[in-house]
Amino acid sequence: MMKSVTLLAGATVLAFGTMALADGHADVNPAVKARQSHMQLYAHNIAILGGMAQESVEYDAALAQIAADNLVALASINETTYWPEGTGNDMIEGVKALPAIWENMDDFMVKQDGMVTASAAMAEVAGTDLASVQGAIRDLGGACSACHREYRQRDD
Amino acid sequence: MRKRWFIGAGVVGIAVAYSVTATRPLAPERLEIGRIGSATDGALIFAAAGCGSCHSEDGTDALAGGKAFVSDFGTFYAPNISMDVDHGIGGWSDYDIANAMMAGVSPDGAHYYPAFPYTTYAKMDPPDALDLIAYLRTLPSDATPSRAHDVGFPFNIRRSLGGWKFLFAGTDWVMQDVDTPELERGRYLVEAMGHCAECHTPRNALGGLKTGEWMQGAANPSGEGRIPSLHPDDLGWSGGDIAYYLDTGFTPDFDTVGGEMVDVVENIAQLNDADRDAIAAYLLALD
Repeated sequence: MMKSVTLLAGATVLAFGTMALADGHADVNPAVKARQSHMQLYAHNIAILGGMAQESVEYDAALAQIAADNLVALASINETTYWPEGTGNDMIEGVKALPAIWENMDDFMVKQDGMVTASAAMAEVAGTDLASVQGAIRDLGGACSACHREYRQRDD
Repeated sequence: MRKRWFIGAGVVGIAVAYSVTATRPLAPERLEIGRIGSATDGALIFAAAGCGSCHSEDGTDALAGGKAFVSDFGTFYAPNISMDVDHGIGGWSDYDIANAMMAGVSPDGAHYYPAFPYTTYAKMDPPDALDLIAYLRTLPSDATPSRAHDVGFPFNIRRSLGGWKFLFAGTDWVMQDVDTPELERGRYLVEAMGHCAECHTPRNALGGLKTGEWMQGAANPSGEGRIPSLHPDDLGWSGGDIAYYLDTGFTPDFDTVGGEMVDVVENIAQLNDADRDAIAAYLLALD
């Protein structure tokens, strides 16, 4: 009995140890995690506005304003440290950032500025009415895909 | 006796090969020659057919060409199709342009490489072709010379493309049964205009589309990533999701379109809601 408990405990420790090791082995550059999380925060807030724009969710002026203000805040973050050399899809498996980013870093940063402009335009009108959200979300999508067009690996 | 039989078979073989590889220009009677197309209507055909995505490198109206298309057979460069008389197609007749688009035959009777999706445009309604041509004639000219394709032997023998066309080109619809006007419109937009299948359908060793795996995703010819399947079982999007994506570029989880598909969405966003719904209906009807 005692022996099997010890064995179980040992196995548990081993399992957790292995998981921790596996996590360590994944060895994802923290900058990659940071920028991917940043993208998720964008998507989360755009989804709130997008659901209203698609009329799958009822328009809520206060909520729309919150989401738009969040986008402004997210776009204001300087992303310079998100993109260290050697973190493209040619170096890290599962990453979608194309090497073109590092070949055209200036253009890449200019395209990010597009997000500043588009989110500010959204924040200006988000609390007004549904039609304004439906109008402004097009440019927001355009700002996202301006980067995704050149700098993200296309796949499913 | 036996020898003569061989020679006879050889002669027949050469005759067949000669005939198969000959160009088959567009039958002039398919076009209402002399009718002037509507440039206004043609602008929408231009968007639906996605001409600018390949023939303009910088997204401007000047269709100067130059964009590279890497494939297993070599690298193709989109030619200048602006109205420049020397370097574009400004000197071509309406028939010449239609013959190029719908039969893949140049004014001097040579085959075009199927990187140019004439196998799709072959299904275009001739009045739409004339409208499109009228619109092309309103666009600015550009004197940039077309770049020669970088294609090795044996694909550099254009005559052999006659055999390719014999095997893979045709005007039959892939989706045979369309029982509503919406589905028929969707089929027209997808199979005759949008040439979605050119990327989203896998190809065989000779570069012909595997119609048995229609729209089920394919390797990216550039070697990077995969082009996704649009089959409803794989995509899992509703008709509304598809139409909204084609209008705004947003996926159902509010990621956005990327890569070459950005240009496609910009084009399809110019069509009306009914057309985007029709494309969605077509994709949902794939089997």
